[in-house]
Amino acid sequence: MHGLNNNIAVDARNIGKIYGTGNEAVIALGDVSISIEKGEFFTLLGPSGCGKTTLLRCIAGFETPTSGSIHLSGTDITYTPPNERPVNTVFQSYALFPHLTVAQNVGFGLKMLGKPAADIAKSVARVLALVKLEDFADRLPAQLSGGQQQRVALARALAPEPEVLLLDEPLSALDLKLRKEMQSELKRLQTETGITFIFVTHDQEEALTMSNRIGVMSQGALLQVGTPHEIYEHPVNRFVADFIGETNFLDGQVDNAQVRIGTGDLLDVPLGDHKGLVTLAIRPEQVSVEPQGTGIAATITETTYMGTDTHYKLSLSDGSLIVARVQSNSAGARSAGDVVGIRIDAAAVQVLKS
Amino acid sequence: MAKQRAFDVTTLPGFTFIAILSFVLLYAPIATLVIYSFNGGNSVNQWGGFSLQWYVVAFNNEAVQDAAARSLIIAVWASVISTVLATMAALGTTRRGKFKGQTVIYIILNQPLMVPEIVTAVALLIFFSSVKVVTGYTGLGYLILAHSAFCIPFAYLPIKARLEGMDTAMETAAADLYATPWQTFRYVTLPLLLPGVIAGAMLAFIISLDNVIITEFVKSAGQDTLPTYMLGQLRRALTPEVNAISTALLALTVLILIVFVFVTKKRE
Repeated sequence: MHGLNNNIAVDARNIGKIYGTGNEAVIALGDVSISIEKGEFFTLLGPSGCGKTTLLRCIAGFETPTSGSIHLSGTDITYTPPNERPVNTVFQSYALFPHLTVAQNVGFGLKMLGKPAADIAKSVARVLALVKLEDFADRLPAQLSGGQQQRVALARALAPEPEVLLLDEPLSALDLKLRKEMQSELKRLQTETGITFIFVTHDQEEALTMSNRIGVMSQGALLQVGTPHEIYEHPVNRFVADFIGETNFLDGQVDNAQVRIGTGDLLDVPLGDHKGLVTLAIRPEQVSVEPQGTGIAATITETTYMGTDTHYKLSLSDGSLIVARVQSNSAGARSAGDVVGIRIDAAAVQVLKS
Repeated sequence: MAKQRAFDVTTLPGFTFIAILSFVLLYAPIATLVIYSFNGGNSVNQWGGFSLQWYVVAFNNEAVQDAAARSLIIAVWASVISTVLATMAALGTTRRGKFKGQTVIYIILNQPLMVPEIVTAVALLIFFSSVKVVTGYTGLGYLILAHSAFCIPFAYLPIKARLEGMDTAMETAAADLYATPWQTFRYVTLPLLLPGVIAGAMLAFIISLDNVIITEFVKSAGQDTLPTYMLGQLRRALTPEVNAISTALLALTVLILIVFVFVTKKRE
């Protein structure tokens, strides 16, 4: 029974959330069960509308699940109002109080908890130092840049030292450079504070670089939970493989211990117990481009020089398309129209049920 | 540089003429009233030289002093009561999901804007006279209650508009940060709503201050407000004293409106 494990911060069991009734009913969450460990940086990843934010709002208490239960450190909080949950949220829109200074915003949670003013001041100073905003304590949110507002939102949610910090796509409003900075900043804060982070994003790169574990969601269902490495290397299905990084898909048929693809070529992939029709998920970096006559015959349809890497779009003899990513220096000068051969690192290929 | 020009109403024929005509019709009578309040003579339409004598007369007139004091007492009470009720009504109609009978509630709240005032006046007269018989109370309470009632929609509309324009994420964030529903209202909703509340209270104050019809019907003997006192004066000899009182009332209203605009602008 994982419920008895006191290493679990959030334990959501069979969460369903349906909006509306009858014909207008929309299923936001199907039947989601998830256990998030204490001190973990856990990311809920999926396209918009997949239910990840709804799940986060259920944990925060802004939504009540239609079915299922949520436990926080072993206590059932399914119907506990948000103000009684030791959980804080960093909102996508920041939702800073415009009439309060930075210090008052950050101290808000502690003030509501009835902490003495001296303790609040001390906590606020400590947390502002943590996000490097010591000099901005007396400013109003409107006087800060987007990145600074983001840090205030973070400090405000960290100040009451919640058991779990929920982050709802907090970096989506920032420009690329600032986002990269905040990614490592968040990772640092999580390590320093030891607080469990549940981070919601649709950005797979963000998820891969920051998380201890990732839960991939689609259409209200949790498809796969695992470390970034597991999710990237061993996606459970086509959706996960496609969503996490660029992936080629080739249909094939199991032929003895190998897979015969559309061109007639046999690939010695790790089959497991797959039988019949299968789909091979092949990462672009697992495809190498060789001189004509070696491997599988292919024609280059497009080349894209990306600096260190070059991307080739190739067409196989059965018409299927495949993308290869090779190091530029070893690529030679190949161009569209060239007939080449490709080799697929068969051992690294993922076999999925068709 | 053929930049497409958006539709501009000022290019329509007759725009300037209609605009000027409207301004003249709106402000010429008021300007005349204000000018004749400084008349040295006894006429409201024959100029007898500049003088402040009618202001002195009005200021020293005990009946005017009485009526002015009564008007202010009623307006202060009515604006406070109606603003509190309107704030609660606005919260009740905006801070919850869609509900059955929502339209009916809006109509009920805005009833004073739609029912002809004379109908309300007669209804209140009949109703309050029965109450008077039962309770024996004849004080200002009836006027304050009546004014509070018809001021509610005027206070309600700006408060509701402000609430609808406010990001509810603020209130969600407060709840997330351990604020109870009451603390959320006290520390987040109310401070952000304040410009709307002030605007609503000021509108209610002005509306109460210049009400004639309902006041005329509801008031007991000796309960003249400034507008009903002026109405009474019309039946006797009309002197520029009425102009002076009107101008003072106008000045007060304009002052409140300036503060109103200032308050609403500054917070945005």
